[in-house]
Amino acid sequence: MTARATEILRRAGAEQHSLEDYAGCVPRWCTGCGDNAILAAVQKVCREEQLPLEKIVFVSGIGCSSRFPHYMGTYGFHGLHGRALPVAEGIKMRRPDLHVFVNTGDGDCCSIGAAHWVHATRYNMNMTVMMHDNNIYGLTKNQASPTSPMGTRSNTTPRGSVLEPFDPLQATLGFSNLSFVAQVPDWIPELLFQVIHEAHKHRGFSFIRILQRCPEFQANRWEPCMQDPASVRILTHENGVKLSPTLARAYKNNQEHDPSDLVEARRIVGTSEEIPVGIIYRNPDVPCYEDMRKPDRLYTPDHVKSGLEEELDKFTIWPRD
Amino acid sequence: MSVAIKKQATPVSKPAHEIDEHIVEILSDSGEGAQKCGQSFGAISARLGYGIWTVEIIPAEIQPPARSVDGASGNRIRVASRRITNGGDKADLAVAFNEQVLRGRLNANELKPGSIILLEDKWRHDDDPSIAASYVAVYDELLERGFDAIEIPMETECLKIVNDPRKGKNMFVLGLLCSIYSLEVEAAHEQIRFIFGKKSEQIIIANQRLLDAGYQWAEDNLDIKFKIQATPPVEPSIVVNGNTSIALGVMASGMEVCAMYPITPATSASHYLSDVFEKVGGVVHQAEDEIAAAAFAVGSSYAGKCAVTITSGPGYSLKQEVIGLAVMAEVPLVVIDVQRGGPSTGQPTKPEQGDLLTACFGSHGDAPKVVMAASDIEDCFYSVITARRIAEAFNTVVVLLSDANLATAQQPFPRPEFCEEWLAAPIDQSPVDEDYLPYDWNARSGQRRRVIPGQPNGMHTLTGLAHDRNSGVAYNLKTNKEGIRNRSLKLAALQKTIKPPTVLGDDEGELLVVGWGSTRGSIEEAVQRIRADGHKVSSMHLKILQPLASGIREIMQRFDKVLVVENNWADSMDDELIDEDNRRYSNLGWLLRARCLVDIDCWGEVGEQPIKPGTVERVIRERLN
Repeated sequence: MTARATEILRRAGAEQHSLEDYAGCVPRWCTGCGDNAILAAVQKVCREEQLPLEKIVFVSGIGCSSRFPHYMGTYGFHGLHGRALPVAEGIKMRRPDLHVFVNTGDGDCCSIGAAHWVHATRYNMNMTVMMHDNNIYGLTKNQASPTSPMGTRSNTTPRGSVLEPFDPLQATLGFSNLSFVAQVPDWIPELLFQVIHEAHKHRGFSFIRILQRCPEFQANRWEPCMQDPASVRILTHENGVKLSPTLARAYKNNQEHDPSDLVEARRIVGTSEEIPVGIIYRNPDVPCYEDMRKPDRLYTPDHVKSGLEEELDKFTIWPRD
Repeated sequence: MSVAIKKQATPVSKPAHEIDEHIVEILSDSGEGAQKCGQSFGAISARLGYGIWTVEIIPAEIQPPARSVDGASGNRIRVASRRITNGGDKADLAVAFNEQVLRGRLNANELKPGSIILLEDKWRHDDDPSIAASYVAVYDELLERGFDAIEIPMETECLKIVNDPRKGKNMFVLGLLCSIYSLEVEAAHEQIRFIFGKKSEQIIIANQRLLDAGYQWAEDNLDIKFKIQATPPVEPSIVVNGNTSIALGVMASGMEVCAMYPITPATSASHYLSDVFEKVGGVVHQAEDEIAAAAFAVGSSYAGKCAVTITSGPGYSLKQEVIGLAVMAEVPLVVIDVQRGGPSTGQPTKPEQGDLLTACFGSHGDAPKVVMAASDIEDCFYSVITARRIAEAFNTVVVLLSDANLATAQQPFPRPEFCEEWLAAPIDQSPVDEDYLPYDWNARSGQRRRVIPGQPNGMHTLTGLAHDRNSGVAYNLKTNKEGIRNRSLKLAALQKTIKPPTVLGDDEGELLVVGWGSTRGSIEEAVQRIRADGHKVSSMHLKILQPLASGIREIMQRFDKVLVVENNWADSMDDELIDEDNRRYSNLGWLLRARCLVDIDCWGEVGEQPIKPGTVERVIRERLN
């Protein structure tokens, strides 16, 4: 990453931000909730990049995931169920200078807000989207979500859910104008950090599905995977995630995957028996909506006056002499 | 019945009948250009100093079946020697491109008995005998009912100039009208150059030739000629419809983002804005749905200047949750609802004022918001500017109501002179104090200072949850109550700044007619007609519907009776089942009765057309007896 000289000077002169600076209120998530791991990784990414606190906005919907902004020491917008993405788009449209992050859940993103997700992908605005997928509605107390495995017993499916689960990765790899897709579990901190960091650095709509533990309502969902590293297939690449020697010792099931290969990305996601982890697809060349829609003219009172006068002229009846 | 077609051409000029006003309708199948003809006729008249009001006649489909009773597309133009505020009562003259579209207007009783009807005659000789028979039947009926029906060989004449008369008949008709109403042909030539400005010179000249042909044909063959006294304008004025006026208002208001989703009849405001907004550095975002449009606008407002979302009834319903969020989180937002016939898909191209109560009390929980309504075309422009200012001053939602009547109606008004105060202040990125509280409510007014991303030390998470002064989640009832109180207080603070409405006519009397929105012109014209008979009838028109100004009750109490007139449903006491206990009042009727504890009567009409002054006049006279 290259930075402009003024930016380097600003950083050199600025006080270094510590992890604590990025922390907000004390999290009220359950003990053992994967959201805590995501929060830690995100704060680390912010510190790594030394992002100015006032230039960051975390936008969220509703649900356990969406309490996230309250726990950051930055700006945040905790809005409506399913509507985080259009709010984030509105912010980014006029404020490309802000670092925009979105925290959403499987219900928020794949169910009530699914239409926004399809179109947000297509708009490709520069933001980092973390979909905390715990396969359940947590905050509303245990209802099956679109990603719940078939047979999930919940308050709305007491005899087990009857539908095949929705696959967010297969879905998103089918959307138009795709720019960045990754998957990572919350229980491998090193990879979680790498993926969020890469997503933030990627210019465009970076979508991360984070497999998130819910000890309260889906206690056994990811436990077998945690215990069995072979159940996770790590996709490595020089343009993707890289395994440290320590991690490589534990996670032996890995393969090279070039994230620019969309066909291969779809094949892996559609056929893999194991959980693919890493950067699945990345295309840095997709144009961003906020760049394409940026008006040529700056908004100044003079421009408003001249633009308005020009338009009024079209409709004006001048007195005849 | 006069047979107006002369056998021989005679040189001009015939004596013209001096009249004060006329209502003209131009009717065709969709795509034959009657709307363009009508708008041009209106614009030429305005240019020459006449008062005008135009009403679009729009079918529901883009291409309804040709020659169908419900498929009429066209324009009504009321032209007068004075300022005009509504489309008037029945038409004095109609031009019809076929007899079926005319049939639609006859069935709707929109034509004055004995009025002049100029009818395309090609159908009389149509190859299809059923069409020819249908034409003859309507024509004979017109004569029988006493209309001054005149057959015009529009197609035959146009074919002398162009190959496809479907594309030129409208300008031929415009020429006819210029002759009939003694309008300067030169002004019409200029208008053609203006409307076809982006087309080739060849097209402009062809259309001017069609116009000349129509003019000459009328001079040579018609016996009718009118002259309305014009008042040549001394100040520049502009002629636009209500939706264009709204879009110009958005440009002038200092807003930079308009997020929308297509919906009739609101969309044309966004069409125009999409074309021109970037000129002033603005952006129109067509979102994936109505909810996203509102959420996008809220996001944009949150991080910068106030944004606007433009919609119509069904879309307005979809935005309710976001509106609740903006109220709760105190993000400024302007929502423009160009109302249409409802509920549900209802009558998308027809006017109705049915959204007032949902605008005031929609969303969920206690969501106080400001509601305003534009009452004419000029008001559309300035209301947007006011709405933006209120939204930012009070960090809340301002709903601006317009309707299908204003959306497409054209009326000249003085050209606005740009004023920098209309614009929003540049966004503030300066640091705030370390001890800054995001919801540091002013105990007297409920207002707070809004700090936006980018401002050092101002970091906080804005939330739709009940929150405390620090924007932290309110876990106790007392904190929640403090927020509700302060949000409510803002409306009271705004209310203290609103002037009481003015009364047209005497301050006291037999009957006060109260209205809001686009019915203003019809109500005031009706009241003036009745006042001319010596009745003590006055009217009052409300622009800000929530909060209501002080003094309204006192004004109403000075009249023997108060009658609310609006374009929405009110149960009639004439219905057998309806009594005082079950009667559903019109929207404003409910509101004023609840607010002022005055026994207010109401009358509402939900029809296809804007409410006519003659209708209001009849209702008032009934109430007086």
